[in-house]
Amino acid sequence: MSDFQPRIVVFACNWCSYAGADLAGVSRMQYPPTTRVIRVMCSGRVTPGFILEAFRLGADGVLVTGCHPGDCHYISGNQNAVVTVERTASLLGLLGIEAGRLRLEWISAAEGARFARIMTEFTDQIRSLGPSPLGNSRHGQVPVSELTAEGF
Amino acid sequence: MSFEAILRQTRSIYCLDCGKCTGSCPVSRVDVTYSPRATIERVLAGHPEDLINDRHLWSCLTCGLCTSCCPSNVDYPAFVIAARIEARRTDVEGTYAHNAIMQQLMAIMAQPVKQNRTAWVTDDMQTAARGDDFYFVGCLPYFDVIFADLGVVSTDSARDAVRLMNRIGIVPVVSDDERCCGADLLLNGDEDGFRRLAEINVRVIADSGAKRVIFVCPEGFNAFRRDYPRYVGPLPFEVVHLTQLLAENLNELGGSGQDARDPGRVAETVTYQDPCRLGRYQGIYDQPRELIRAVPGIELAEMRKSGPNALCCGSAGWVNCGQCAKGMQITRLRQAQATGAARLITACPKCLIHLSCALKDVGDEITLTLEDLTGLLAQAMDGSG
Repeated sequence: MSDFQPRIVVFACNWCSYAGADLAGVSRMQYPPTTRVIRVMCSGRVTPGFILEAFRLGADGVLVTGCHPGDCHYISGNQNAVVTVERTASLLGLLGIEAGRLRLEWISAAEGARFARIMTEFTDQIRSLGPSPLGNSRHGQVPVSELTAEGF
Repeated sequence: MSFEAILRQTRSIYCLDCGKCTGSCPVSRVDVTYSPRATIERVLAGHPEDLINDRHLWSCLTCGLCTSCCPSNVDYPAFVIAARIEARRTDVEGTYAHNAIMQQLMAIMAQPVKQNRTAWVTDDMQTAARGDDFYFVGCLPYFDVIFADLGVVSTDSARDAVRLMNRIGIVPVVSDDERCCGADLLLNGDEDGFRRLAEINVRVIADSGAKRVIFVCPEGFNAFRRDYPRYVGPLPFEVVHLTQLLAENLNELGGSGQDARDPGRVAETVTYQDPCRLGRYQGIYDQPRELIRAVPGIELAEMRKSGPNALCCGSAGWVNCGQCAKGMQITRLRQAQATGAARLITACPKCLIHLSCALKDVGDEITLTLEDLTGLLAQAMDGSG
């Protein structure tokens, strides 16, 4: 499993976390090349549909990042993100996708080091979980005969 | 399929342009810019491309009310679904409700996932891993999470259904490997996604050794009965709705329609919402009513529009939910209130969700409460010991 390179989708809010990622970059902080950052205007913009789509398309982990509580540019968007992530985690539980593959973190624009540290930590966490059960979905459909009964 | 073939197959070429469909269409009543008649006419006139790019392609609820009024027997819902299949081929999709969460879930379930969807089963129920009867639960465990805000606990109806089945001597198979029935994908025009879920479900059920599949959700029931054979061939098991089984075994449920302590006493008036797929699609009108009437102390009052003329709950296929849907739902709640009923009984988890959503918005005007049919029957069964 050591050569397993996870694919992690990171939703970063425009006002804090994306700027935090930027700071990590311009400060030349090192973190694993496993993340694909998607900028959203607010962590509250992320819906369960976004997160599920990332998993459907084969992401091994999804990280939602936003402003610290009380710092949201839109006052309470990050509170919505808390509800969204909790609810999506329940759906992932029903689908049999490990809870550890989804995480919510607060990263401010000044926290470049924190951004790099969380990316490293989360990558390690996903590495220990291994590839997502949906990881091969991007290579085409598994035959139905392999999906049922003892096929798993 | 070419639009010419669609028109022929759905008998749309026989359209008389009479407008009964538009007159009866619950969507047209709220959104006057929508007309089933004009939709068919436009395609008949040779402009199917207009329809594909029209937002109204996604407005139809496929409730089937128009078809039941049509003097030429045009199958308008089938026409709409065939047109949506064509639209998807050109990458045109509708506006999905709930940010496409249902569509994503259905697509994920077509993949190799090992679900944990039977946690709702409690110790007092008897279920099995293999057996003759398979209880197809449907999306209820997922609805519990998605619609937590509405205060609707969809799996309550699953628990009540199993208790009712146990009462009439059925120990159903409940499986973690069951997938969504895919009915909504077909309504969205996603034939391939639908076929795939159908193939998986048929296999899962066949592997459990079941000879009969029992449904509570009318959408799944209709999908298995009407659409699965068309896409995956004849099914190797029987498909029944719980109300059919219960109505046959009414004596075992202990209901006689009269309160043993006080015969003739009417404790409560209720009214019943016919789900489109159970009523107009599958013709099951009598069994649910028979069951409601058998509950001691309950009187059934019919709404102004009921049975074959029942109004849809306002949203289907998790697409195009909006003002129009809300308008229909509020109209339906008012019709229910006008019967003087204290409770509106639904027989579809989606009706319950949609009407609960409207009930939340409508305020003090509507005082009735909503209840699933299985809930009403299970309470009555508990009462009768």
